[in-house]
Amino acid sequence: MAEPHGSTASGQGAPAGAGTGGGTATASALLEVQGLTTSYGPVRALDGVSLRAEAGRITAVLGANGAGKTTLLRTISGLVRPTSGQVLLDGQDITRAPVEAMVHKGMAHVPEGRGVIAELTVDENLRVGSLFRGKVGREEFDRVYDLFPRIAERRENPAHTLSGGERQMLVIGRALLARPRVLLLDEPSLGLAPRIVAQIFGLVRQLVDSENLSVLLVEQNARSALSVADTGVVLNLGRVVVTDDARTLAADEDLRHAYLGF
Amino acid sequence: MEQFLSLTLGGVVSGSVYAAFALALVLIWRSTRIVNFAQGSMAAATTFIAVAVIDAGGSYWLALVVALLSGLVMGALIERVVIRPVEGGPELNAVIVTLGLFVAIQGIVALVAGVDERAFVPPFSKVGYEVREGFTLLSLSPNSIWTVAAVLVTMLALTALFRFTRVGLAMRASAFGQEVARLLGVRVGRMLTLGWALAAAVGALAGMLIAGDVSFVGPTFMDTLIVFGFVAAVLGGLDSPIGAVVGGLLLGLALNYVRGYLDDSLLGMASLVILVVVLLVRPGGLFSTTAARRA
Repeated sequence: MAEPHGSTASGQGAPAGAGTGGGTATASALLEVQGLTTSYGPVRALDGVSLRAEAGRITAVLGANGAGKTTLLRTISGLVRPTSGQVLLDGQDITRAPVEAMVHKGMAHVPEGRGVIAELTVDENLRVGSLFRGKVGREEFDRVYDLFPRIAERRENPAHTLSGGERQMLVIGRALLARPRVLLLDEPSLGLAPRIVAQIFGLVRQLVDSENLSVLLVEQNARSALSVADTGVVLNLGRVVVTDDARTLAADEDLRHAYLGF
Repeated sequence: MEQFLSLTLGGVVSGSVYAAFALALVLIWRSTRIVNFAQGSMAAATTFIAVAVIDAGGSYWLALVVALLSGLVMGALIERVVIRPVEGGPELNAVIVTLGLFVAIQGIVALVAGVDERAFVPPFSKVGYEVREGFTLLSLSPNSIWTVAAVLVTMLALTALFRFTRVGLAMRASAFGQEVARLLGVRVGRMLTLGWALAAAVGALAGMLIAGDVSFVGPTFMDTLIVFGFVAAVLGGLDSPIGAVVGGLLLGLALNYVRGYLDDSLLGMASLVILVVVLLVRPGGLFSTTAARRA
């Protein structure tokens, strides 16, 4: 397979791109994935994927349908078990930790398809997100509502009455109530109008900068994702094709045509 | 008019018994999307445990508490040991398992307690109140008031549990969005176990109320009730505790009118007709949230 330029990382532990904001490749990553391989029966959905996500940065995972993006997130959070490889959070091996334990460790996963619980109200959805923390002050909920005034108006409505954009706001707000240090976002732009996508990505950027959050953003919409991300990781057929600075990737016409579709 | 009043009250009483049984089915359906065909024989088993307590000199109330507790334990055990391994597989697997449980538990009850039917004394008198000179409402007795009250209180308690408590919220989250709930740190497995435990306890209550109503117990004494409880649960939408109770009451009234104005032997057919009509006209039941889930 032809590899466009940029540091390739299909092997073990290749350093991530240097990044825009002066981030150094040697800084210890908050989340580190090493040689992750996941199979569905005979099909290898992930084949030795390695990447790292640092605090205060957005790492975009890009690639076509079936490249393994969703499987990557599902393996990181434990919904799917890998056949080999490791997931490290703060240097601690969490590869085999139960799914329910991930939020306790500071990792929140917003699944694909806007995982609202349709039968619960907006407010109940938020409360579920904070259940594991015990009693949570009302002001934390108010903060989420301040962030997303559109869902604040509908807090007593069942979540299935929300629009696509509102649902995405709800699930991001709900993930924030878990006070994560690492946020896994799966296709937040799916099915949303470009204006809403820009709004949500802008908000994610703002949160990353203000809370020093680390975001692993899986996206098919590579153009939008690269416009907001620091680092980009391109997946193809379960392998990492290239890991580089987001701006470098966006400027690479061959790579864009070959893998990113814009 | 007097017959209508009598039939209506009788319908409310038997309806609340169907409602209790439907509540148990709904609790399990909500948490694990399984129709528990073993509910009847589980309730028969707990009622026999209660009978053993009464035989040993305990009061009805002690026996009731023991029945509820053994229901809790039995439900939790069955979920953990028998249901958990088939969860996540094809839905039919779990249903077949509950059918197997139904036969197995009934067999065990018959082995331990014998196949003979035994008398069961209700906690209150079953003599109807005399509303005026010469007119006694047979269906309005202290025991029927207890039956209706017990079911209503149980429904209110369950509704409050689901709506106002953290455990209730976690249970609902687990029921409606298992994977999302797990990602949010909810111990879904525990919630499913709790759902089965609660359901079996409500089933145990239904068993005690029915035993008091019909004044006997036997390994198969709950069998006819499975059909009625199931129809009541479907009528109410399988998802909502309030729906289960309303469904139970509607079914109780309808069947009692059939019994009074037509014939006793039509009861089974009438309940099947109601089931078919509900499934044709409003397949989600009267209180369904399935439309919400599809959205």
